[in-house]
Amino acid sequence: MTSFRIGRQGEPAPAKTIRFSFDGKDVTGLEGDTIASALLANDIAIVGRSFKYHRPRGVWGAGVEEPNAIVDIDMPSAVRNARATTTPALDGMVVRSVNAHPTAATDRHAFLDRFARFIPSAFYYKTFMWPDWHWFEPNIRKMAGLGILDPTAISVERADQVNEECDLLVIGGGPAGLFAARTASEKGKKVIICDDGFHFGGSLLHRQANIDGGDGPAWIAATLNVLRDRGVQLLARTTAFGLYDHGLVALNEIRPGKASSRLWRVRPTNVLLATGAIERPLPFANNDLPGVMSAEAGLSYLRRHGIAVGRRVVLATNNGVGVETSRELADAGIEVTLVDYRSGRRLMVAEGSKRVAGVKLSDGTRVAADAVLVSGGFTPTLHLFGQAKGKLRWDDDLLTFVAGDPVPRLSAGGAAAGSFGLTGVFESTARALASFGLTPRAMPKIVGRDTDYGIVAAWPEPNMSGRVWIDLQHDVTTKDIELAARENFVSVEHLKRYTTLGMATDQGKTSNLNGLALMAQLTEKAIPEVGTTTYRPPFTPVPFTSLAGVTSGSLMNPPRRLVLENEHFAAGANLREYGGWLRPAWYGAEPEATAINREVRQARDSVALFDASPLGKIEVLGPQAAEFMDFVYYNTMSTLKAGRCRYGFMLSESGIVYDDGVLVRLEENRFIVSCSSSHVPGVYALLEEWRQDRFDRKRLFIHNTTADTATLTVSGPKSRALLEAVGLGIDLGDKNLPHMATAWGSFGDDTVRISRVSFTGDRSYEISIRADRAKHLWKTLRRRGEAFNATLLGLEALMVLRAEKGFIVIGKDSDGMTRPMDLGASAPLAKKTAEFIGKRSLFTEEAQRPDRNQLVGLEVVDGTQPFAIGSHGVESTPAGKRSLGYVTSSYFSATLNRPIALGLIERGAARHGEEIDVQHLGQIRRARLVPPCVFDPSGDRLNG
Amino acid sequence: MQLFPCPFCGPRSESEFHFGGDFGNLRPEGSDVSASEWSAYLHLRANPKGSSSEVWMHMTCGELFRMDRNTVDNTVNSSAELEDTHR
Ligand SMILES: [Zn+2]
Repeated sequence: MTSFRIGRQGEPAPAKTIRFSFDGKDVTGLEGDTIASALLANDIAIVGRSFKYHRPRGVWGAGVEEPNAIVDIDMPSAVRNARATTTPALDGMVVRSVNAHPTAATDRHAFLDRFARFIPSAFYYKTFMWPDWHWFEPNIRKMAGLGILDPTAISVERADQVNEECDLLVIGGGPAGLFAARTASEKGKKVIICDDGFHFGGSLLHRQANIDGGDGPAWIAATLNVLRDRGVQLLARTTAFGLYDHGLVALNEIRPGKASSRLWRVRPTNVLLATGAIERPLPFANNDLPGVMSAEAGLSYLRRHGIAVGRRVVLATNNGVGVETSRELADAGIEVTLVDYRSGRRLMVAEGSKRVAGVKLSDGTRVAADAVLVSGGFTPTLHLFGQAKGKLRWDDDLLTFVAGDPVPRLSAGGAAAGSFGLTGVFESTARALASFGLTPRAMPKIVGRDTDYGIVAAWPEPNMSGRVWIDLQHDVTTKDIELAARENFVSVEHLKRYTTLGMATDQGKTSNLNGLALMAQLTEKAIPEVGTTTYRPPFTPVPFTSLAGVTSGSLMNPPRRLVLENEHFAAGANLREYGGWLRPAWYGAEPEATAINREVRQARDSVALFDASPLGKIEVLGPQAAEFMDFVYYNTMSTLKAGRCRYGFMLSESGIVYDDGVLVRLEENRFIVSCSSSHVPGVYALLEEWRQDRFDRKRLFIHNTTADTATLTVSGPKSRALLEAVGLGIDLGDKNLPHMATAWGSFGDDTVRISRVSFTGDRSYEISIRADRAKHLWKTLRRRGEAFNATLLGLEALMVLRAEKGFIVIGKDSDGMTRPMDLGASAPLAKKTAEFIGKRSLFTEEAQRPDRNQLVGLEVVDGTQPFAIGSHGVESTPAGKRSLGYVTSSYFSATLNRPIALGLIERGAARHGEEIDVQHLGQIRRARLVPPCVFDPSGDRLNG
Repeated sequence: MQLFPCPFCGPRSESEFHFGGDFGNLRPEGSDVSASEWSAYLHLRANPKGSSSEVWMHMTCGELFRMDRNTVDNTVNSSAELEDTHR
């Protein structure tokens, strides 16, 4: 082959020259080139190595169907496995071939090809089974693969995402699509038209035509002007890659000069598929040699880029469109030898090493050639029709699948509807538009008759001599399909997975039908009986950046932020995420463990300030509120007096503990559900669900005030003294505000709610205030606190304080099996008469089983190291070791100066005093089972 | 991405909704609910192929409603406010 640039007829002005590198070689192109057209213009025949055998491969096509010309781009931005046929060539680009070591032209793994007969389908899996596939996999993966990912090359440019709707989405901007958009827009419809090429026009950009008195380009320009005037949205370089539920169509738009694409989510009323058709290869020996190309692509490179793919071209075809292509090439002055299968002569072998040098025909004649263009017929592009669950129908005249029974709101026109001549293209488009109730004002006037497609069968056949390639990207030959048939992988889905036919990045756009046709012959079936594989999105690969949009990096799952975050930062807080909230873990520059121990000691000795704002504050109001609270809590809540608080569990209907927390009864008909911070959305949904299911919506209301209100906790022996120094406008004495009471106070002009509840075991006050006024209260607490040796308390130290008291964290000290009785709360089950969520489940055999895992304290018997969380209690039995449950919480307690732990252990509540083995990573330690509370068990400090 | 019709807010993206269970899976009431009856309420699902009546919650407005849809082709046939049974 000697491809070269001959220039385009009637080109107005010479295009600007661009330079880029391919495998380290300088390449010169023109502005408007694709990478593939520039490589052809420089007579670079080998653009890549095949996936499995490392065969040299050249450019096959000129569009999205390309199986061979897959490249990695390093500059200007990293793109992996880009199709050279659809990627614009840019000045300064750095391009590499894929799967070639070191370059496509000189690949050191090419020796694999000489062993090809020893590497049939599934060879790797069958051969490298022993001793373990995973020993061999890394090297095999390195040899067989495509682009190399660079994990450090992270795109900093986030992709745009656009949501849009329209009356008609036209997919494909060739003659059919442009005509459809024009027709719909003249009826005043809102129309979007997209095309995956740089320019609208489709086949009219390279085939000669006379429409409405002008040539193709003139008709394109006139039509585009009309569309622009009517406000039609024109999206070039945009691929409709997926059709999803409820009529959602996803488009990916490549934007010049941008590293990221733009994702469109379009909800059209109707979709017109004007997606054209893809040319099939012909089966003959060595049909993968560089220089063997799609005839349509050869014509496209000539007319769009002014490139002749060879000086002496053989054009082999089994259809009239291919014959027309040879005529157009000859008109441009290229020497063409036509091999027309319809007159009986066939192409048998392509000859040459590394690139094609000639062909041998069925009548024995040899023809020298530097390019072989082939047209094995056209396959309508119906991927989106398939994705819409449309069924394909075999057409005996066209020898291909076409759209079968119509799918609502979706129609195909043009080549996608099996019309391969211009008159037919417009007629089938008009029929498709009619199904949407749209009639064109006038049909385009065509001069000249449509080419007679007149295709004859030229399928791959069993026992063809030589190596006849079906899937160029995945190196599947006729022999692989024959092997699959012999081994009984005859179902189309098995065939695909066994041979990997159609599984490459091109998804078999050029190969699937030829593969099915061969399998049909091998199994003596008709092609439609073999069937097709399922069409799934995406039609072409879509960058993950497009799909992610802005939801990546720090916006992937944004944490909730405290209103006092800046105050915490200023105080040296180290923030971590807890249950979706970014919260102070500990304060100060000391090492984590030192800081936590200091905070714990100060909290026990003097007073601690803690930001508890994420704590749930869901208000329940109305005359049915008390009855409702009885139903949603395990504990009886209706007996709670106004101004008092009660601790309780919420269960799921399965009787599993879902949440715990304090319920505040502010007034007769007003409660505040103070659920755990991470459960607020879940508890809110649970409350709404039961409210709407079994209560009077006009007499019961739920309002989530969690985000409106900040809660600051003051805990420790000096907490009351500190608050009296601050001044909250009420008597904080134990008589007026005892433990588990709540009252209104004030801070400056603001009303605050003060609850005496404790998660530390020390006297504690939770002060709730309007979130936007919390800063002043926090600053005042800190300033006044200095005199009391107050500490700021992070969440880690709070976890130690609560574990010393045996206070649990649901989801940490409980699991998906834990019932309230397992946590020591059996009284409500025995006493409560009112119905509540999960009640019946607590009376099942499983819930009443005596050998359940129960909450227990675990004292370290052997030394001073805390147990690892997740360590299992174990016991030896004749059958081997058996788990007795596990450690759920484990800390070093600065208060007790020794390690402490909580766990869920079999029959634990009844076994206090016993010792058990605790196992972690093969190491056995000893633990004594003790009550969960190991500090101030009498609770004196609550009032201390 | 499916569009679900909230009877209160109109068609909204499926990601705003939470599945609430089979419509008509009523909670067995009373003190003598058998284990099998309770177990059926908790665990046995119709999982129909074809038309299915379900309860969904629209998370953004907090309302539960009934939605009838087809589990084969994902078409939504209707959605309606739940009737107030405890008035
Ligand atoms: Zn709603």
